[in-house]
Amino acid sequence: MKLLAIVPCYNEEASVGSVARAVKAAYPDADVLVIDDGSADRTAEAARAAGAKVVTLPYNMGIGAAMQTGYRYARAGGYDVAVQVDGDGQHDPEEMGKLLEIVLGGKADIVVGSRFIEGAGFRSTPMRRLGIGLFSSVLTRLTGERLTDPTSGFRAAGRRVIRLFADEYPEDYPEVESLFLAHLAGLKVAETPVLMRPRAGGRSSITPVRSAYYMIKVMMVIFIWLVRKKPVLEG
Amino acid sequence: MVRTEIIALAGSLGLMGLVLELVRRRRLKEKYSLLWLFTAVVLLVLSLSRGLMERVAGMMGIYYAPSAFFLLAFLFLMLITLQFSVVISKLSERNKILTQEVALLKLKLKEMEPEEKT
Repeated sequence: MKLLAIVPCYNEEASVGSVARAVKAAYPDADVLVIDDGSADRTAEAARAAGAKVVTLPYNMGIGAAMQTGYRYARAGGYDVAVQVDGDGQHDPEEMGKLLEIVLGGKADIVVGSRFIEGAGFRSTPMRRLGIGLFSSVLTRLTGERLTDPTSGFRAAGRRVIRLFADEYPEDYPEVESLFLAHLAGLKVAETPVLMRPRAGGRSSITPVRSAYYMIKVMMVIFIWLVRKKPVLEG
Repeated sequence: MVRTEIIALAGSLGLMGLVLELVRRRRLKEKYSLLWLFTAVVLLVLSLSRGLMERVAGMMGIYYAPSAFFLLAFLFLMLITLQFSVVISKLSERNKILTQEVALLKLKLKEMEPEEKT
């Protein structure tokens, strides 16, 4: 089984090293691919020192284009499963097993690690919780799968999703849209609860002002996809 | 000939001449000059014949003929800007894919280089 961890980073020199090492510790056979999205700090050096392969984008392209670069690498390298792990340390590589189990067991093509888990309260701003709740109810209705945390960036994708995302991946605010995309392409989307940590370094790119734009844009895009030609899996 | 007609005629001729000159010097691709040329031709024809313009304006329900002329000019400009947005979208998609491929190739190249050079 060829496993790739895709770690998109924008100025995460403080945390990317420990993320890469933690993935390697949990899965020694996995390849860790850090996408350095035009960082101004020493993200690439820190990642390389931790044993990761580093793709350096020549300028900041945004999370969607960075992630898609990882999926292109995964497709070209013939990986069986790709796991998205944030470079800021909120995703615990120890928890990757819960995602991998579902994808490798053939129970879903893409599985999202949900922060919302009984007992462990996830704290967030009210605006953000409102947005997540809205996306959750819309996506759950449209896909028929219970998706409580569609904005989570902690996910595992099987071969078919790798192929789809290498060709077609949303550019900005891609989390929700990409799940819908997979569903439209006839792939099975699922979710499983995972434990998440507070970020070890860097800061969220989602400011309160942007979350309003985020919500409007994502909702619009979802409705556009409903009337657009569905994405098809090539080959 | 009233002043508006002279302005319209000179404007349409100038536009047509400019577009043709840009195409001749290869500063503007033929493909993207077509909408411009079509616009210039329509405006030129309308500005040459007052009678035709009156009829077109009448069909559009506009009493003052030159208004119809400017409205048409405006609509064509909208169309051209929309074409720009479509072209820019296509370009940015291709630019994204190119950048991703270049970055991936650089990683591949680096992995092929002998260790001491890294």
